[in-house]
Parts: sequence; structure tokens; C-alpha cells
Amino acid sequence: MIKNFLYSQKVAPYIFVLPFIAVFAIFWAYPLASSVGMSFQHTMLGQPSEWIGSDNYSKLMSDGVFLKAVSNSVVYMVLTLVILIPFPMLFAVLINNKFMWGREFFKSTFFFPALTSIVVAGTVFRLMFGEMEGSLINSFLGLFGVEPIKFLKGQVTGFVALLALASWRWIGVNMLYFLSGLKSIPEEYYEAASIDGASSFQKFTRITMPLLKPTTIYVITISIYAGLAMFIESMMLWNGNNSPKNIGLTIVGYLYRQGIEKNDLGYAAAVGIVLLLIAMAINITQLILTGMFKKED
Amino acid sequence: MKKKWLLLFMVTVFTVWMTGCGNGGNAGGEKTVIDGGAGESAISLEYWTFVELHGQHFETMLKKWNEANPERQIKLNVTVMPYDDMHNKLLIAVQTGEGAPDIADVELGKFPNFLAGTPQLEPLNDAVDPFRDTIVQSRLDLYSKDGTNYGLPTHVGATVAFYNTEILEEAGVNYKDIVTWEDYKKAGIQVYEKTGKYMGTADTSATWQSAMMLAQQDSDFTNDEIKPQVNSEQMIKGLTILKDLQASNVLATIAGGQPDTEEAYGEFNSGNYASAMMPLWHMSRYTNYMPDLEGKIAIAPLPVIKEGMPRSLGGGGTGTVVTKTAKDIQLAKDFLAFAKLSLDANIEIWNTLGFDPVNTDVWEMKDVTHNPDNKFVKYFANNPFDVLNEMKDEIQLIKSTSASPTINNILCTITLNEIFEDGRDIAEALNAAQEQIEQELK
Repeated sequence: MIKNFLYSQKVAPYIFVLPFIAVFAIFWAYPLASSVGMSFQHTMLGQPSEWIGSDNYSKLMSDGVFLKAVSNSVVYMVLTLVILIPFPMLFAVLINNKFMWGREFFKSTFFFPALTSIVVAGTVFRLMFGEMEGSLINSFLGLFGVEPIKFLKGQVTGFVALLALASWRWIGVNMLYFLSGLKSIPEEYYEAASIDGASSFQKFTRITMPLLKPTTIYVITISIYAGLAMFIESMMLWNGNNSPKNIGLTIVGYLYRQGIEKNDLGYAAAVGIVLLLIAMAINITQLILTGMFKKED
Repeated sequence: MKKKWLLLFMVTVFTVWMTGCGNGGNAGGEKTVIDGGAGESAISLEYWTFVELHGQHFETMLKKWNEANPERQIKLNVTVMPYDDMHNKLLIAVQTGEGAPDIADVELGKFPNFLAGTPQLEPLNDAVDPFRDTIVQSRLDLYSKDGTNYGLPTHVGATVAFYNTEILEEAGVNYKDIVTWEDYKKAGIQVYEKTGKYMGTADTSATWQSAMMLAQQDSDFTNDEIKPQVNSEQMIKGLTILKDLQASNVLATIAGGQPDTEEAYGEFNSGNYASAMMPLWHMSRYTNYMPDLEGKIAIAPLPVIKEGMPRSLGGGGTGTVVTKTAKDIQLAKDFLAFAKLSLDANIEIWNTLGFDPVNTDVWEMKDVTHNPDNKFVKYFANNPFDVLNEMKDEIQLIKSTSASPTINNILCTITLNEIFEDGRDIAEALNAAQEQIEQELK
């Protein structure tokens, strides 16, 4: 009986996917459903919660700090896309080139930052971008006669520091994605193009870029999510969740502030749901535009 | 070959991910066990704090407790965590009833979060009663709700001015002549012209100065109905005075945003600022983090807007609490009262921590306060208790209310930065702050 059951071709597939379904249900679907419910309640840990309808959402829409957090996250996401897609792609192509010397060295050097803890990296960057004359960046700028800059107190300079950290950390990872994509492009295409007299630039735009498209779409998708969900980088760079004038506050940072620091979990849940909606909207639009949902020709 | 490469890559990425999570999720803090000469049968109590020094005080008191109470001996497991971290973890632990320590330090600014709704802390009234008449009532009220005491105070935190006499002498200024902010301004201009150094800081990440200005005018961040009023006339007047001082190069913003930060300790230690207006517990920061200033720092009453106004206020504070989930509640309560409220404890709080104890009788004990072997007496140019006793009746209080965490958050992240870093109009910035605070408290 049991043997029949186990060897049954109908049941076996379900057993194989069961672990995934269970993990998905327990750690993803249930928390999501529960946050949606919570976002319509006034919930504090240890206190009875009450239903308050859409009050949390209407409060969110007129909350200046929340809107600031959303704009910070979106700007950060866009800027990381601008930096973290073209440059890693370029570096990958360079490193993949047969005539490049020290390929393995560059590969590991670029990837190395991803292995460091973000806590350590954030702290080091905070000290580098310190506002005192003696901090690394300011003493470097001082060589050119530039007055010390209060990097972490200004919106633009704060983002410079934040993006420097993100670039330093993620360029290598994205580069590896592109490298693995490049490895799957057959050499023959380039040979044929050479025979037809194509220039290197033409080969890059006509062969490399189109064939890298699946990799690019994947990298864009995860970068959009990572950009919108960024939190620890900002928290470490400003040594806490409260940056001056909230210049480094992200959506997740605001969720943390409301939910953990102020124990208002219902409001924090509403923030989370809005983040989910924004991320989904942007990513689905992006996937439709890049033709991911189109049927294969 | 290609597959192998890909596999290696995936394993690496996965490992990175996992370590990344591990680092983010866990900030365990430093843990030490203090046994204070306790025997085998001693009960272990967990104690969380965000100030390493507080553990030293408990170490002294634990020895005395274990000697005096051989039947009820205690071992203390002290965990020191960063400020935000500790309060966040403690709040969650206390509210969910899981993983909380037996006793913990809660800073004044965070205390209202723990009093929201039904407090998940043990009432301490019976432990306080034997000492109630000897300690400053208002300090106890800070950690109470509806007459129930939930936290035991550590100090009065009388705010004073710390002057660097070396810089002042170089500029030909005598700090004893400074009575009003007008005098302070004149002295500051002289200091800036003669030495190129700033007289003091314009704080952007703390409300010590705003509170100081309000207290002098008998005002507060909240009104009698506990409604926020950060755009009050008094607040505007106070910040206008500070802003004017900044415009005359008397005050300047400092790295870290206020004197009690790591960056600022460095700036002060290098002698870039001639004064700091801080609660008295700031003394311990001088002895611990600014060794180069030994013998140069003098303590004096705060300058005031008009002569005759109160010259000090209680600032900051830590309430030590017993959680509802403590292993032995009565033992924890009795030990806390012994370690924080008894006369002995008050004397040790001064000896070890350099705080102004809540039992003001200690302030009069010359042999304790003027003990030449005391490290604070040695470090400072004059004796803090001479100053404290002189203005004992002028120590004002700023209320701690359920609105305080929000008010602090808005002022310290947004408003003070706008005013002192970006030069935004004071009334405009304060009106915006008031609006945001009301919105968040809705």
C-alpha cells in the first residue's frame, strides 16, 4: 500500500515539491497575509489590537517623513541601476577579453568587497566620509585646497557616500553575473563577425548586448528590489536609523522606526505593504517592457 | 568545466548571502559575569545596560550586598549593548514576555515607550518606600505612571557649563564673570578673535540646549495637557539666542552633532571648543575620553537669559527596571533598591560614576564630595558640589511624557539640523516640526 503510494507517478511530484511549498507557505504566504491583516489594525506588541479600517493608509499618505523615505529609496534604486548595470557589464567584457592581463586578479579583487560584512564596511565608510579635516576623503580633498565637506549631513553628499558604498560592494557581484552570461555566448559568432569586417564596438552592440539580455533582465530585477529594500547600508553609514533631516531614511528604515523603535506594528505593516506594491509595480512593468512575458518565437 | 565554474559561483554567492544575514541579525553585545564574592548557591540575574560604566557601579554594590545578605546572594550577568539596539531588543522582549533580562537600564528618552498601555514592568513602590524621603522626588516621577514607580533613578543630572580654562585664559576671559548669555556672547567673540576657537557647540542631534533654554523661561516641550508645543514663544526665543551666538562665531556645529558623541570627544580633547553645556554626568566622559584636558576644566552654573532666572535643570537619566518575567522578582527589587537608593549606593554613584546622586544629603558630605583621592576631584579644576550646592534650588525639570520620544526624534533628526546647518528660519522650522509631531502622534 505504502509502496504503491510512494511509487505512484501521480503523487511523487507533489512529495518532491512539498518542502518548497511548505517553506513558501510558512515563511512567505502566511507572514504576507498576516501583515496585510495587521496593516488594518492598531497593533502594539503585548497589547490587544483593534481594527481601525484604512486609517493607517490614510495616515501614511499625509506623512511627510514617509514620503521622504519613499523618494530616498526610489532615487537610490534608480541611481544604483545607472551605476550597477553598465559598469559591471563593461568590466565583465574587459575581463573576458583574451588580451586582458591579470584576469583572475581583477575578478577576485572586484568580488572581494562582497565578502566583507556590511556592518564593517558601513562603519569604515562612515569614518572615511567623516566631516572632520582629518577624515580620509576630506584630507584627500584638502590636497586640492577644498574645504572639509560635511558629507553625511547633506542630501547630495550623503548620497555620494551611500552610492560609493553600494558601488564598491556590488560592482563585483553584478560583474560575475555578466561574466557567466558572456561565457555562454559562442565564440563562432565573433569569428563570423570579424570575417564580415565588424568593428569591436559593433560586435559589442550587435552580439554581446542582445545575447546578454536574459542576464541583464535578471540583474535589473534583483537590483530594483535590492535598491528599494536597502536598509543596513544606511543604518551603518549614519550609525543608526536617524540620519540628519532623514537624508538616508529608506522605506525599510521607516518600517523599522515605526514597528521596532516605536512599537506601532500596524502602521509598520502598512509601510511594508506599500513597499511591496511599489516593488511589484516597477518590476512587473519592467518585465513586460523587456518582453519577459512574451511567448518565445 | 563551465558547469563546475557556475557551481562554484553559486556556492560563493549563497555563502555570502548567509554570512550577510548572520551579521545583520545578530548584535549580541559584550557579556561579563560579576560574582561579587557570591557562593555556590547564589542566584544569577541577567542585567542589560547601554553604558559600560553602570556595570562597574553594580560590581561595587554587589560585593556589599553579598556580604550583607549571605542567604540571598546574587551573581550578575551584565550585557552591554549599543543604545538603540538595547532599547529595541528590550522593548520587544518585555512586550512579548520572552527573552527579557531580570533587570535593565532604560534611558529617560525611551522610557515612555515602556510605559505605553499596560507597562510590562514590575511596580517598585514597596522597594522605594524605605528611601522615599531621602531622594529627589521629581527624579522618581520621571519613571512613574499614575503613582506607580517602575524605574529607579541614577542621578539628578543637573546641567552645568564645563569651561576649558586654558583656552579662556589665552583669550583673557574669566569664566566666573559669565552670568547671562550676553556675557557669554562677549566672551565668545573675544575667544574667537584671540584664538580662532569656538566658545561652544550648537547642538543638532540632542535637545540639551533647547531644554536648557525652555527651563530658564519656565517652559517645556509639552503644555500642562501634555500636548506638544515646540513652536512656543519661549522655544523660538531660546533658539534665536543660540542662532545669534552661532552667527557671531561663538557657537559652531560639531562633528557628531553634540558634545556626548565619540567624534565630539575628539574635538574637545584637541581643544577646538572652549565650553560644553551638559548635565553633570558628562564629567565621566571627560575622565574617560578626554585625558588631555585634565586639570583644565572648570564647572560653573549655566548662563541665563536674564539674571535671576534658574541656572540649571535635570538632564537625561536612566531608570533601572525589573521585568515581569524576572526569575526572582522580590530579590531583584530589593537588590536594586540597595544598589541605587541606599545612602551607600548614592555615595558609590558619585565615587565610581561621577554622577550627582539623587540623595542630596550626599551633596553636603564634604569627606565624600571633596575626597582628594577621587578621580573626578583630581581631574576637574574646581569641585562640582560647590557649584551644585550653590544652585540646589534652581534645578528645573523638563517633563518626560508619552510625546517625548516623538518630539526628540523630530527635533534631533530634522529641525535642529535645518536651523543650525542649513540656516532655515527658526519659526518656520519649528512650525513644521510641530505639524509633523502632531501628525505622528495622531
